[in-house]
Amino acid sequence: MTVTDVSPVLKLTDIRKNFDAVTAIENFSLDIFPGEIVALVGDNGAGKSTLIKIISGVYAPSAGTITIEGETVTMASASMARAHGIEVVYQDLALADQQTVYMNMFLGREPVNRFGLLDRGKMISDTEKLVQELDVRIPSAHATIRDLSGGQRQGVAIARATHWASKLILLDEPTAALGVAETAKVEAIVQSLKTRNIGVLIISHSLDQVFKLSDRICVLRRGKQIGIRKTSETDKNEIVSMITGVN
Amino acid sequence: MSKTNPSLVPSGRSLSLLGKANLQQYVVYLGFLAIFLFFAIVLRDSGFLTVRNLSNIVLQTAPVTIMAIGLVFVLSAGEIDLSIGSIVAVSALAGAVAMNGYGITAGIAAGLCAGLLIGLVNGVLVAYVRLPSFLVTLATMGLFAGVARSLTDLRSIPVTNSAFTGFFGSGTLLGIPSLVWWTVGAICIGHIVYRHTRFGAHVLATGDNNRAASVSGISVPRIRLTVLMMSGVLASLAGLLYAGRLQAAKYTLGETDLMTVIAAVIVGGTLLNGGKGSIIGALVGSLMMGMLNNGLILMGLSVSDQMIVRGLIILAAVAVSLREKSR
Repeated sequence: MTVTDVSPVLKLTDIRKNFDAVTAIENFSLDIFPGEIVALVGDNGAGKSTLIKIISGVYAPSAGTITIEGETVTMASASMARAHGIEVVYQDLALADQQTVYMNMFLGREPVNRFGLLDRGKMISDTEKLVQELDVRIPSAHATIRDLSGGQRQGVAIARATHWASKLILLDEPTAALGVAETAKVEAIVQSLKTRNIGVLIISHSLDQVFKLSDRICVLRRGKQIGIRKTSETDKNEIVSMITGVN
Repeated sequence: MSKTNPSLVPSGRSLSLLGKANLQQYVVYLGFLAIFLFFAIVLRDSGFLTVRNLSNIVLQTAPVTIMAIGLVFVLSAGEIDLSIGSIVAVSALAGAVAMNGYGITAGIAAGLCAGLLIGLVNGVLVAYVRLPSFLVTLATMGLFAGVARSLTDLRSIPVTNSAFTGFFGSGTLLGIPSLVWWTVGAICIGHIVYRHTRFGAHVLATGDNNRAASVSGISVPRIRLTVLMMSGVLASLAGLLYAGRLQAAKYTLGETDLMTVIAAVIVGGTLLNGGKGSIIGALVGSLMMGMLNNGLILMGLSVSDQMIVRGLIILAAVAVSLREKSR
């Protein structure tokens, strides 16, 4: 990781978000660089979800700027965030359960042939290529989502985000619902994203996972940014005391 | 891609799921075959198997098939349209009245516009006012049944325009009845739109998981509006087909079709709560309902007995197809 000589894919500067009189996020600043995994940690209600929604275009910040590869952007919707190369893997995965893997991979962005009909061949071959690259072990691109295990579904959701993200992937608790073996598998997939030169922002409640995956850790407490640490230069005790505010 | 890690996919489980998925696709065809064979044997001396009788079944089924196509889209999007029967009556009457006054073009336009407008009302209330489609279309079903009754004071309106009755009813093209052309044409277009267009894919995604559809950039309200308008237009086309075949329009047209259409669609493999369906299955389901109707009449059952038997068979068919689908 060379953090110094490249420009960040995403730069948040003095982001603030108020809901009426309540301040959910205050003065939040963070740079995420290509090929970097940043973990966002904090207790329940610390403002992690609000922050994710700001970056993914669901909420507009009350103040502050969002810069994507040097360009200041205003994002009024999730579609605009997607157009800027930002993809979100939601906690509920946002998969259509009764549809095939390949239809989910292209949901809302299905390619068509010159007759305006769905180009299933392209969807299937692109899906197979991607799940192979990411080593997501699913029976086939034709498999129906509801016939997959939790880890496989998570893998499909991450593969979809990887396929479309050119700048940044937001992962919201990617392994919260998974067993041990599946968690390891998903962690391996997340780790492999580093080679794709996109930034990854991951929310996780598991400090073990955070220390295993991330390059840097950003701590939020009650909407305040407590600090950012390089993972290699900190330990769990420091992060826990930053999260809880207790020494 | 068959890289299956045994620790993640117990292969026995996924195999049995595959088997089940195949079986459920064939339930409607097996049921169709079973009912056909039953009548073919029981009614072998009553003319069930004659070409004339079998083609009659297809002709009588045409309006139900057309409505079923619309309902496949509506159910797949996670909505329902209970107003189709009333749309049939209003459209047929509006078409007949307009045609008798202003000619065939006005008649067809009035009929189709009636369905389009009722579909628009349903669609706007469901998609943008966010009322449940069950309640909205329950209300418009009653409302437009009333409109149909008051439109001509319960009178039947004759349809005498021979171009119209030929085109929508008794005519033939290349020796094949126009009602068959309508059925085949509507099924082909419906199937292509449903299976092979982005719109079809978005309808399924909306009914399957509307949040997923929405965060994927699909306009869920627009999908809901569109399927209800399609259903309205297809029901009005069914109304014109009735008017053409019977050479008259009356408020009773379509009155009893709702249950038949829903049964045909469900038996044909479309889920009641969205995300999965089949246009071809709906066609087979609709033919099955027509065959049932026809066979029970030929068996000499009284109208009340027919209703009871039909209800029981539909119940059994729906139960079997739903049991196969929900595991």
